Amino acid sequence: MTLLVTAQHLTSIRAGRVLFADLSLQLHGGDVMHVEGPNGAGKSTLLRMLAGLLPAQSGQLMLFPEHCHDDPDYWRRQLLFIGHKAAVKAELTALENLAIQAQLDGAVIADPWQLLETVGLLGLEDIPAQQLSAGQQRRIALARLWASHAQLWILDEPFTALDVRGIELLQQRFAAHVQGGGAIILTSHQRLSWQPPQLQRIAIHSPTDTGLQYE
Amino acid sequence: MNKASYSSLVWALMRRDLSVAMRRKSDSINPLLFVLMVVTLFPIAVGPSHEVLGRIAAGVIWVVALLASLLGSERLFRDDYVDGTLEQMVLSPAPLELLALAKIAVHWLLSGLPLVILSPFCALLLKLPLDGWLTLVLTLLLGTPMLSAMTAIGAALTVSLGRGGALLSLLLLPLFIPLLIFATAAVESTLLGMPAIGQLMFLAGFMVLTLTLAPVAVAAAIKVSVN
Repeated sequence: MTLLVTAQHLTSIRAGRVLFADLSLQLHGGDVMHVEGPNGAGKSTLLRMLAGLLPAQSGQLMLFPEHCHDDPDYWRRQLLFIGHKAAVKAELTALENLAIQAQLDGAVIADPWQLLETVGLLGLEDIPAQQLSAGQQRRIALARLWASHAQLWILDEPFTALDVRGIELLQQRFAAHVQGGGAIILTSHQRLSWQPPQLQRIAIHSPTDTGLQYE
Repeated sequence: MNKASYSSLVWALMRRDLSVAMRRKSDSINPLLFVLMVVTLFPIAVGPSHEVLGRIAAGVIWVVALLASLLGSERLFRDDYVDGTLEQMVLSPAPLELLALAKIAVHWLLSGLPLVILSPFCALLLKLPLDGWLTLVLTLLLGTPMLSAMTAIGAALTVSLGRGGALLSLLLLPLFIPLLIFATAAVESTLLGMPAIGQLMFLAGFMVLTLTLAPVAVAAAIKVSVN
């Protein structure tokens, strides 16, 4: 399988605390990486770092090493990041949100109504997102996964606010994505009920305090 | 992504921002209301005589325009930052500079253009002599895009600061001063019967320079703020 992500000796220090140090990982097509750890351990920081939103304090990170030399923007097209901020515009309807999300991702939605039905928002398409429930807003954000052709998904707490059926639906989509050679990095506090064929677990332990050590 | 999809993305982003603005009209109407209030209060305060009002009219209109552009300017990227759209813009395959230019364009359409349209009315209220009207409209037409571009730089720099409003005004006002000098000098020259082409050319040059460099600065500032 093609190598999608390789990281060596990543270190993150925020506000004098070492969140993680000397973290190395590799991700191939078809892999699922489940990042685990208590609140505040640095899971989101790791994910943002992998997505290129944060620079690594030390260490090396390479996304799509096969393509990074001939096409420096390749990773932007092949990466889909959903953080805990959902990027859903409160004033816009579900349909308008889907359209702008797809535009930003460079994806093409063949049939937005079909997509709305898939994520269970049919009939709510002309209501501004601020009047929808948290779970329904989350579904608008996650609809990007069905429109996306990106190989690598980085998802921060994708199951938050979703109901049981929503979680089921999302895991089906994950399975299809992995089957198609894609890879997923996700954080979640709950166990996956679906067992992906190639699951890696990375645990980030509770941080050690270096801010209090004086020489 | 090819060039065609870039332009459709820019259109989509502008349409999105415009429809968001349509659904919260008070945000865009507020600065215009401020301009109208100041312009109507001035004749009451300094008296309705032609000589005084006509002399200060261009200055008043321009000062009000500068202050109005600061009103609500911190909101330019705030909502996008809070709901996470800014992160997605950074990660988008499209160049961030292009998206920044789209944001600047929408800001101008919502704040600068209405001001240009409103300016003859303001000139009427402040009894600006008729000879100066065209120059005033031209200076605003050339100057307001600059206001939007510079506001966008400041807003992008301060977006992650929570309450950056006061800092933003302090950052931006010194940058507005050359604009104020040239714009009011242009109207002044016209009123004295001299050609204002020199000042207008300066303004046009400033505008081209600002609009060329601002998207790059905004993109860099957004990348810093998202971290």
